Amino acid sequence: MDSPKYISVFFDDEDPLREAVRKLLESKETIIDVMTPFPVHGIDKLLSIKRSRIPIGGFIFGILGATLAFGFMTWVFTVSYPLIIGGKPFFAVPSFIPITFEMTVLFSGLAMAAAFFVRSKLKPDIRFNPVEERITDNMFVILVDTGNGNTTPQKIRSILSGIKTLEIRE
Amino acid sequence: MFQSPLRNPLIKGKKSYQDVTSQLLDPMVNKAGKLWYMGITLSGGAMMFGLFMIFWTIWQGIGTWGENRTVGWALEITTFVWWIGIGHAGTFISAILLLFRQRWRNSINRSAEAMTLIAVACAALFPLIHLGRPLLTFFIFPYPNTRLLWVNFNSPLVWDVFAISTYFTISLIFWYVGLIPDIATLRDKLTKGIKKSVYNFLSFSWKGSARDWHRHEITSIMLAAIATPLVLSVHSIVSMDFATSILPGWHTTIFPPYFVAGAIFSGFAMVLTLLIITRKALGLEDFITIEHVESMNKILIATGSIVGLAYITEIFMSWYSGVEYEHYALMNRVTGPYWWAYWIMVICNVGSAQILWIKKLRTNLWFTFFLSIIINIGMWFERFVIIVTSLHRDFLTSSWTMYKPTIVEYGLLIGTLGIFFTAFLLFIRIFPVISIFEVKSILKTEGAYSANKELNHG
Repeated sequence: MDSPKYISVFFDDEDPLREAVRKLLESKETIIDVMTPFPVHGIDKLLSIKRSRIPIGGFIFGILGATLAFGFMTWVFTVSYPLIIGGKPFFAVPSFIPITFEMTVLFSGLAMAAAFFVRSKLKPDIRFNPVEERITDNMFVILVDTGNGNTTPQKIRSILSGIKTLEIRE
Repeated sequence: MFQSPLRNPLIKGKKSYQDVTSQLLDPMVNKAGKLWYMGITLSGGAMMFGLFMIFWTIWQGIGTWGENRTVGWALEITTFVWWIGIGHAGTFISAILLLFRQRWRNSINRSAEAMTLIAVACAALFPLIHLGRPLLTFFIFPYPNTRLLWVNFNSPLVWDVFAISTYFTISLIFWYVGLIPDIATLRDKLTKGIKKSVYNFLSFSWKGSARDWHRHEITSIMLAAIATPLVLSVHSIVSMDFATSILPGWHTTIFPPYFVAGAIFSGFAMVLTLLIITRKALGLEDFITIEHVESMNKILIATGSIVGLAYITEIFMSWYSGVEYEHYALMNRVTGPYWWAYWIMVICNVGSAQILWIKKLRTNLWFTFFLSIIINIGMWFERFVIIVTSLHRDFLTSSWTMYKPTIVEYGLLIGTLGIFFTAFLLFIRIFPVISIFEVKSILKTEGAYSANKELNHG
């Protein structure tokens, strides 16, 4: 597999990082990824990351959970095995509500977590090697694409002049 | 950045991101101290005692307990409800306070969530053993079977099964999703060895990429949104175990809100007990400040007052309903043979919360610690009072009796305390007890150093 070619630019704080992302995008560079130790707000807007559709998935699965739970209990008590319990009606809607609610939450929560893991390609891997070990500590990194051939460290240095970078390396 | 002049800084000292990382990872990277070993020996001993009592119960049968024909449900259900209640603070802190954007939650949510998981697991143990035949526990789940029967979906006890298993699952997911970035931090801090491989495996190859953070935040906030009604539903359903019966003292509509408030009350008390020890033991005074303790104490005032109001409502309703059985059930609680349990409950729960109106006391660590234990005891007695006093004098005078727990039952209570503290002690050495990335994200806005800088200049 071809590994993508990039230049990594390192920062020690979020403000220069934000500034640098803006400048790089203004000069039409392609940013492969930005890695930070904690969520930096505003970066997703700058990178025009589309709002995740995870909540929609959660909603659909929530509806599914509710329908399954309610339908199943209705089927059990009206079709499969109608049982007289304390002289109450077979189709006792109020007493189906708690379980319907719990199943809605369970389905929706599991679906959203699963979607998060799948979409972010999170999987257990003992051999995983991070780009730079300090990213999860105090380092903010921008990976700039060099695939087009004319992006060089010198060029990036000139774009980012005036912004406090720690290191620019290929 | 926005600065709140009303609040003291939530993170004390002049800290860089690196300082936060190394300070919070210290318990995982370095060896444990003598105190930790002493703690785990003590709690491990209690756990072994409890496990033996569970074994004894299963081996000999429920005859080893003090239950009788009239009081068929006592210490085990009391302790079950108590643990479930304690398990409410974690998700309250992580879900409801996240939706309300309370930043002080960032230092305490991780440990509170872990506490929730352990407490719910301790609670789940009780239905398992007091079914009498634990090997047939699976009968409670609706699955196609040769008996051609389904479970009774109209029964609150079945609702309980769904509520508690959903609550545990969602809390676990929520906790783990929040842990992943911090496990990655831990993975990158360790250099070699099996430990690194294990954390590498557990970190799910987290990169910290902007897209992943975006999804991580959305997933967290959405999980919080669905966990919020879930927290409120679980104890409501537990309360319906009692409220849907016809027993005087149980048959009241105030139970669901009363139980939920009580659950959050006891949960926060347990969080305080644990955190005041943890911050001292791990030297986290800069992260868990008096400000945090005070905020939690304010929640104790609010929930404790609701609990107090519920007690008063119960008294009023037993008179106002005009039902002589209700009236007798209350008088029996207050002045009957278990009067001492009722008054322990009132003094520990109602009195204690009101003392916290005094600022000097709610910002005092020793006092808060002492009070949190008092509240834990009081809340345990609340459940004991509700359950035992309502049962022991039923409709038929000839079957009135007294209930006295046996050593096996006390053993189960002590045993779950042992399991709880052992698991918590293991947790603080395996995972960061404070959410590292969340603390870093508020370091600039809520940290003492930058806050002061801003205030002096502004």
